[in-house]
Amino acid sequence: MSNPVHEKGSDVLDSQDQARFEMLVLPHLDAAFNLARWLLRSGADAEDASQEALLRAYRFFHGFHGGDLRAWLLQIVRNTCYTWLEKNRRVNEMTEFDEELHGLPGPTPETLAIAGDNRERLTRALGSLPPRYREVIVLRELEGCSYKEIATITSIPIGTVMSTLSRARRQLQLVLADPASKEASHEL
Amino acid sequence: MSCDRADTVLHAYFDNELDALDAAEFERHIEHCAECAGALASLKDLRSSMNAAQLYEKAPASLRKKILADVTPARPIQFASDGGTWRWLAIAAAILLVISVGWQIVSVQRGEESNAVVAAELVDAHLRSLQPGHLSDVVSTDQHTVKPWFDGKLDFAPPVRDFAEQGFPLQGGRLDVVHGRAIAALVYGRRKHLVNVFIWPTIERDASPRTGSRQGYQWIDWRKGGMEFCAVSDTAPSDLEQLQRLFTE
Repeated sequence: MSNPVHEKGSDVLDSQDQARFEMLVLPHLDAAFNLARWLLRSGADAEDASQEALLRAYRFFHGFHGGDLRAWLLQIVRNTCYTWLEKNRRVNEMTEFDEELHGLPGPTPETLAIAGDNRERLTRALGSLPPRYREVIVLRELEGCSYKEIATITSIPIGTVMSTLSRARRQLQLVLADPASKEASHEL
Repeated sequence: MSCDRADTVLHAYFDNELDALDAAEFERHIEHCAECAGALASLKDLRSSMNAAQLYEKAPASLRKKILADVTPARPIQFASDGGTWRWLAIAAAILLVISVGWQIVSVQRGEESNAVVAAELVDAHLRSLQPGHLSDVVSTDQHTVKPWFDGKLDFAPPVRDFAEQGFPLQGGRLDVVHGRAIAALVYGRRKHLVNVFIWPTIERDASPRTGSRQGYQWIDWRKGGMEFCAVSDTAPSDLEQLQRLFTE
């Protein structure tokens, strides 16, 4: 082909793929970060883990042919976070929920005024749940996922999603009612 | 706990996961079961206090930038770590400078080219929408009808607002494919004219409006809050500018 336009063939494909990625995947970056933030209980770790997950998603993006893109991405984020947790398990088991380490990113004065202590109370309570309980609550209550999406993301059967949510909510209610009952939270 | 439904069906009901028949059955059950009624109330409390606490953590802007840098094809070259660090740093800095300047020139050129292409496509899309039966997929003057209609059809939620009081009544919305991507189109009336507002997500920073005309149609394009907007119409340019201000207010 002598036409100079055609010489760019592979570049055009690449940039199209990249544009597709930016258009379809990046809008879910908040969802990715939010899940990582709650699973890892640290903003800095969540940034690293979601960056890693997004890069993985970018590499696998060719293999994505339609379907629920948010669920697909969150599945990758979740796997990345669990690998992360596994790697740091020993450390994590030693560390109690630590305000210094896992503190809230400073909310604005307005948020504080509206939410008051409520936010801190819920953050602590949710943070004290085991990751498998925490994730279903985050996916359902914060991300608004359906049971089917939660099943896809967490790779648990759809029938189990309901019972897991039920147990997770009960435990969250227990911890909220009596923050001292942290021991209960270690049963899985 | 005596009622086993409080642990199971209740949650599916609370989460809107029951079909209409089962939901109605459960509603009949709950009238007589104080335990389920109480549990439902406490689930509602839990949800509303979680909503009020605004626990959702949005990604910091720095993360978005990092990822964009990662996936940009023109990657900086990897250096072996032997040799004097400072020398390598100096070379790396020089190469990065060349790459980034070059990249900016390329992207500016590419940007202008694609703007013209996109504007042409949007004017075409506007013309297409004027064909009988092509204007709206969802016909409604109610933003609360139009907005949910887009759910599940697009990978983003376009901001849908009615500006009837300001002289731009919302008439409906539809999906359009422009430049190979599915985008939202909102239809507004302006006196006897129609305005199409095309909306799609962008990773670019907010930008003040640019205007132009093509084949006798005016367009105005701007970016705000991760969305790019382009309004196209045969109405006066000042009308489009007014609509643009309404969107960005």
